[in-house]
Amino acid sequence: MIDYDLVVVGGGPAGLAAALEAKKNGIERILILERDKYLGGILQQCIHNGFGLLYFKEELTGPEYADRFIKKLSGTNIDVKTGTMVVRINRKKEITALNSKEGLLFIKAGAVILAMGCRERTREAVRIPGDRPAGIFTAGTAQRYLNLEGYMPGKEVVILGSGDIGLIMARRMTLEGADVKAVLEIMPFSSGLMRNKVQCLDDFGIPLLLKHTISRINGKDRVESVIISKADENMSVITGTEKEIPCDTVLFSVGLIPENELSREMGLSLDKATGGPVVNELRETEVRGIFACGNVLHVHDLVDYVSEESEIAGRAAAAYIRDGLERREREIIVERAENINYIIPQKISFIDREREMIKFFMRVKRPEEDVRISIADGENKKLASYKRDLLTPGEMLVINFPEKLIKDNTEKIKMFIEKERR
Amino acid sequence: MPGKDIICILCPRGCRIKIDYNVDNSSVSNITGYGCQKGLDYGLEELHNPSRIITTTVRVKNGELPLLPVKTERGIPKDLIFPVMKEISNIEVEAPVRIGQIIKRNLLNTGIDLIAGRDILKYNGDEFPDKKKKGAEAPVIE
Repeated sequence: MIDYDLVVVGGGPAGLAAALEAKKNGIERILILERDKYLGGILQQCIHNGFGLLYFKEELTGPEYADRFIKKLSGTNIDVKTGTMVVRINRKKEITALNSKEGLLFIKAGAVILAMGCRERTREAVRIPGDRPAGIFTAGTAQRYLNLEGYMPGKEVVILGSGDIGLIMARRMTLEGADVKAVLEIMPFSSGLMRNKVQCLDDFGIPLLLKHTISRINGKDRVESVIISKADENMSVITGTEKEIPCDTVLFSVGLIPENELSREMGLSLDKATGGPVVNELRETEVRGIFACGNVLHVHDLVDYVSEESEIAGRAAAAYIRDGLERREREIIVERAENINYIIPQKISFIDREREMIKFFMRVKRPEEDVRISIADGENKKLASYKRDLLTPGEMLVINFPEKLIKDNTEKIKMFIEKERR
Repeated sequence: MPGKDIICILCPRGCRIKIDYNVDNSSVSNITGYGCQKGLDYGLEELHNPSRIITTTVRVKNGELPLLPVKTERGIPKDLIFPVMKEISNIEVEAPVRIGQIIKRNLLNTGIDLIAGRDILKYNGDEFPDKKKKGAEAPVIE
């Protein structure tokens, strides 16, 4: 059995930032396990720009953003095993992994950071009926083919889902000569960032059809057409609104799911709303010394937030290894009102007089305009309140909550959103 | 009087900026709908000189990866996006490539260079090239 102070599972933006931060906080024996051949994770195929505006205060492409961390890493003694798949982690922090050079590996860790990222939802997950010919991809798979491996996925494209990867791929396929016929979105609003809608669709005259979905895919060997339909507010197809669009390729950009097979197998409870483990403010799961950060915890829309969150986890893992964490006698539960989809962290477990703010990452269920986000204690006494002009499910909201507002006897805090009174 | 509608992309609010202008001297006669000074600047820039940074890939010879991600160092005028893509499609580079390296100077006489977006090492037949990098050696397991 190999022994490490810290093992980081995943070498994408979350794993890299977490490992570097733990190193910076004095941890010496760190190992990153990455299943792909290269570090950097999904950033390597995200060749578009728009990364780093918050974290580096400049605009970078995905590979450039990854490169900053990879270069930093190569100046350290952090060990990296690429091409290595973790198949099991248990609650005693024993990790089973395998690769084609060393075979089966058993690793004992003092602390573990889960940074496995997320996966795309597929056609099957959204149950689109029809034939099963070639030419149907998730947007991210098409992105990998096009940007990393050098294959053009198709020529006439219909994209289902207006998530950011779908919008980015609409532009990318267009630039490479494809005819993107339309992007369909079943909801009445785009789930992607505004700048992506404008720069990826409007710039190229690609129509975004809201409240539309694909009701059938046609094709024998290759996709030949899709039938599109209008959808009602329950996301059900309205019969009689069918229209056929000839195409040879269908891309699905219908959401991301944190990849938590390993977490589930070790029995961590997952939050239904995030799809990731339940964590406290230091991103520690319910098993002490096992942390989670990045898209494995909840799907972020900006990698900048992933880096920031992963540094929280990296610092916390370092403190855990050095036995430097002061736990509260009772954890504070973070509750949320109906119109909030999720809040990270779900609980507050530590006392830290030095930190000034606790940062909450949250998402609303539907767009809200001119509102106040408020935080109240168990007796419904308002502790803090934040005005926001516009909240959308596509843009993660960051709330800084002053540590000093938490009293020693606080048992829960509750977050809610209400219309701003004029 | 001709007008132009621009959706501001600087924040999630997505203000709809409406600009009326005179064709003769291309002066702006009226601009409304912006929410802040930055939005006003963005609207005027989009009217006078809309440009986009192009990110794409070029082929790599003898590299550990078949494609190199590249970007234009600055925004390319919007109407040159497809001509520039065509120009870039003819480029092939020889590995190794360093991030930041200029891949092509002065694309279509715009004065704008094409820049490499990552390192690509020469392919050396190793299945896991990362392990060759300094500081990234896998420990030998006894």
